[in-house]
Amino acid sequence: MNLTRQDVEKIAHLARLNITEQEMPVYVTSLSSIVNFVDELSRAETGAVLPMAHPLDAQHQRLRADAVTESDNREKYQANAPAVQAGLYIVPRVIE
Amino acid sequence: MLHNLSIGELGRALRAGKTSSVEITRHFLGRIERLNPALNALITVTAERALAAAAAADARRAAGEQGPLLGIPLIHKDIFCTDGVRTSCGSRMLDNFIAPYDATVVTRLKDAGTVMLAKANMDEFAMGSSNETSFYGPVKNPWDTAKVPGGSSGGSAAAAAARLAPFTTGTDTGGSIRQPAALTGVTGVKPTYGRVSRYGMIAFASSLDQAGVLARSAEDAAIVLAAMAGFDPKDSTSIDTPVPDYSAALEGPLAGLKIGLLREFFDGLEARNAALIHDALKVYKSLGAQTVEVSLPHLPLSVPTYYVVAPAECSSNLSRFDGVRFGHRCEHPKDLLDLYKRSRGEGFGAEVKRRIMTGTYVLSAGYFDAYYLKAQKVRRLITDDFRAAFAQVDLLIGPTTPTPAFAIGAKVDDPITMYLNDIYTIGANLAGLPGVSLPCGFIDGLPMGLQLIGPHFSESRLLNAAHRYQTATEWHMQGPRGYEQ
Repeated sequence: MNLTRQDVEKIAHLARLNITEQEMPVYVTSLSSIVNFVDELSRAETGAVLPMAHPLDAQHQRLRADAVTESDNREKYQANAPAVQAGLYIVPRVIE
Repeated sequence: MLHNLSIGELGRALRAGKTSSVEITRHFLGRIERLNPALNALITVTAERALAAAAAADARRAAGEQGPLLGIPLIHKDIFCTDGVRTSCGSRMLDNFIAPYDATVVTRLKDAGTVMLAKANMDEFAMGSSNETSFYGPVKNPWDTAKVPGGSSGGSAAAAAARLAPFTTGTDTGGSIRQPAALTGVTGVKPTYGRVSRYGMIAFASSLDQAGVLARSAEDAAIVLAAMAGFDPKDSTSIDTPVPDYSAALEGPLAGLKIGLLREFFDGLEARNAALIHDALKVYKSLGAQTVEVSLPHLPLSVPTYYVVAPAECSSNLSRFDGVRFGHRCEHPKDLLDLYKRSRGEGFGAEVKRRIMTGTYVLSAGYFDAYYLKAQKVRRLITDDFRAAFAQVDLLIGPTTPTPAFAIGAKVDDPITMYLNDIYTIGANLAGLPGVSLPCGFIDGLPMGLQLIGPHFSESRLLNAAHRYQTATEWHMQGPRGYEQ
């Protein structure tokens, strides 16, 4: 099944990816070829088989006590931030 | 020469006082300076830190400490967070990212006394089979620098093969340790899912990713794996089961070992590749093993299954890279949406964007059942096939790759051609099984690997089978021309 340009624009928007005008045809082609490739799965007989999310699904997810174990490292972690002020991450205005 | 010694031999020389960690470290740093430019295997070299760590290791030894990795240098794939050192994941998105903490793998190897020389180049965000998608340029295969070393742990493999370090760390999501190990003539180990902590290892596909080791031999890999493996409370998928003494199990006899020949691996296998595996089987039979034919009927669906599951998981994992808290941010964003879209559009390369978009598509409304849920069902069928096979045999054997290393640039135009390089390795990731690739010969002067896959937590037996093969053969002792001195 080939994807259209509109399909790719919609997917790119959902994924918050900027695809330039030049790049668009290349992505339409390569994504179509990937989707066609994985379409082979539709021919598999999977009947009543339960989906398997990961290899450990026979085990229960481990729980831990509801206790504080981390300490405040905000300054260290924010050292990599593009824009920080008073411990807050600065981004373009969201609400007018 | 120091770079031709095994980890065990280096350890003995250190214990006997014949050399020091500082001397060994200087030696490898010298090799890196001289030999890495032609390979582009490394992204960041940490020479000063390495010398400080080496001096600290020598001081620990003088204070009476021992331990097989004390003072031994290594190179970490640039996917492991290393405190205070750039951790780029091969991407422009993290080119400016200085990790504020160590991954558990890094901490454990540090505690064991290793000395980090550098961070290895890799396919961007671990997505690739040739190390051609890195923001820092392709890695060259030391056996022929016009050829790829494989990927995504291409830098780790090239560095191990060129003896820029006694061993390197890597990660394997669809074959990214085993495939480059095969193409560069080194031994690569992907442990069972949950055996080694993923804390601090930048996530690509969380149900598939696993950290492992690339080294010159199974004997060396066993020493490293013992230090890396074990329960970590900081990784919610870490399994709490004791780590066996891998080194002690290496010499065990193979009499009675049942090795399964996977029909689906041998169907249509190129003749010279098949011949190498059959030669290896003769060695195994001479060591007392028996071979049994087995079939995993759903295995041919493993590549399409993976290329639904892995992109889906990566589209979720890579959504954290938004230009807000760390990583690349575009200039003059006009609003929040523009910030996200351009930061991500600029920060990620084409393959990463392709996989994020594939994942977004298969998870989107209207397609989730047909693709993602369907792939998860096929994943269970593949896993059940492996389980049924392991009821009849102890290990599975087959090739690691369909061909030897291909030319840089040969496969970049069609993603599917590139994806099919993982055809033999992907099944083990889907089922969470451990696998090892060992050098087993050459085609056209380029190394080829044989692959052993075992049931969950069978690393002892895998390493034992790998080691016994390596005591009866010498493929793993060979190295690329030009790197002997």
